[in-house]
Amino acid sequence: MQEVNNRVVITGLGVVAPNGVGITDFTNAIKQGISGISYHKELETLGFSCCIGGIPLVPEALQLQYLSALQLKNFNSPGILYGCMAGMDAWKDAGLMINETADWDSGTVFGTGTTSVEKFRESVNKIDAGQVRTLGSNAVLQTMTSGVSAYLSGILGLGNLVTSNSSACCTGTESILMGYERIRSGNAKRMLVGACSDGGPYVWGGFDAMRVMSYKHNDNPEKASRPMSATANGFVPGSGAGALLLESLSSAVERGAKIYGEIAGGALNAGGQRGNGSMTAPNSEAVQRCISKAIENAGVDVNEIDLINGHLTATSKDAEEINNWATVLNRKGKNFPYVHSLKAMTGHCLAAAGAIESVAAVICLANDFIFPSINCEDIHPDIGAIIDAEKIPQRLLENNKLRLIAKASFGFGDINACLIFKKYNG
Amino acid sequence: MNTEELMESLKKVVKPYVKSEEGFKNITASSDLINDLKINSANLIDVILDIENEFDIVIDNASMEKMLTVGSAIDIITTKLNEK
Repeated sequence: MQEVNNRVVITGLGVVAPNGVGITDFTNAIKQGISGISYHKELETLGFSCCIGGIPLVPEALQLQYLSALQLKNFNSPGILYGCMAGMDAWKDAGLMINETADWDSGTVFGTGTTSVEKFRESVNKIDAGQVRTLGSNAVLQTMTSGVSAYLSGILGLGNLVTSNSSACCTGTESILMGYERIRSGNAKRMLVGACSDGGPYVWGGFDAMRVMSYKHNDNPEKASRPMSATANGFVPGSGAGALLLESLSSAVERGAKIYGEIAGGALNAGGQRGNGSMTAPNSEAVQRCISKAIENAGVDVNEIDLINGHLTATSKDAEEINNWATVLNRKGKNFPYVHSLKAMTGHCLAAAGAIESVAAVICLANDFIFPSINCEDIHPDIGAIIDAEKIPQRLLENNKLRLIAKASFGFGDINACLIFKKYNG
Repeated sequence: MNTEELMESLKKVVKPYVKSEEGFKNITASSDLINDLKINSANLIDVILDIENEFDIVIDNASMEKMLTVGSAIDIITTKLNEK
């Protein structure tokens, strides 16, 4: 197929985050710097070092607004639920109707990091007890990695590419780029993109065992996630989903849809677990190349990047990330763009992180505000040595014109994803 | 349990899966689970598991294949209850 190079805009958003479910509540929460991290007795009972985490509040009455009573029967997959909610909200927010017949021009790339572990556990226990015949019809649907995209396709009637990507903590950001490419090349008009992640002991246990999660703030959960802080001591686990409805500019204009912003470009790469990269640590050279390629692909001036929505998990790698940005952008001190981390409020939502954080970035872009990066009143000295303290907003900055926002995610496997969001100016 | 009572219990079990209100309102022994009640074919297995729980019986694979109408379901349930 010939190169089409359609412009790609964002016309719908949906989010299920630990600190806010739905765009209105989430926007209010991020503006006010509200944390969604809480203590979970279950984790302590199970002997976790980190007994806190971010789990979205989704009561049954709310679930029933998205999935039918029959769909929720024997349902045990919070990630799929979050993904369906965010995806359906984004679709509706874009002013689109539920299709009666398959919509050949609309598809989805909706990712996840693990299959639904709760449903898997339930199934494994039954199988081990010799009860395989009682698994019912939906054990497969809820445990297949593509479950969330399959559910969304069925609910909305999507007839284009329907798939689920998986690339650890890059998953959400990667899904956006994959959908972007699909539209840019002329293979789809609309792509519902995003990612979801379950929470709870069976997803978080492995990270707890690796001792990479915060364990010093069990009695003070809202202060626990401390990206860029001198007292950062590991990430706080989160869960949820974020969704964006991407659309070709011509389709959006033809429908008269509201446009939140444009995707100017992006890049995906890996460090090959060479250099200082490993299965769990990023190769800085690869990170820099990824950011650099994204900027090149977007064809933008680095000096017009007004804000960085970082990966910034609250581990010892935060300073290295800031250094990578500063090196590629060639901007330091007061000349560095504003930078913040949503993880301070939501925790690290793993596969969903890039999607939820991108939703936050697009909300900032469309409304010209910068949410505060909470819990880093004590900026890490290694970061303070690179950038001016005022570049990490401690409180909400409103009426702050945003031209470009850079968003990056880095994941286990030494993989990187970087996106450039651009103000839509017609 | 007589046939009428069985029918009432069975209606309770299938109700969550039924997609045709009309079909459910006019339910008879000859109602086809898929064509009249519009139960998704994948959900038939869930209906059978719920029947097993409701009547405390086990429905073998051969009986399962015959369970296509409300009447055949009642016959199979009756047979299994009598075997208890």
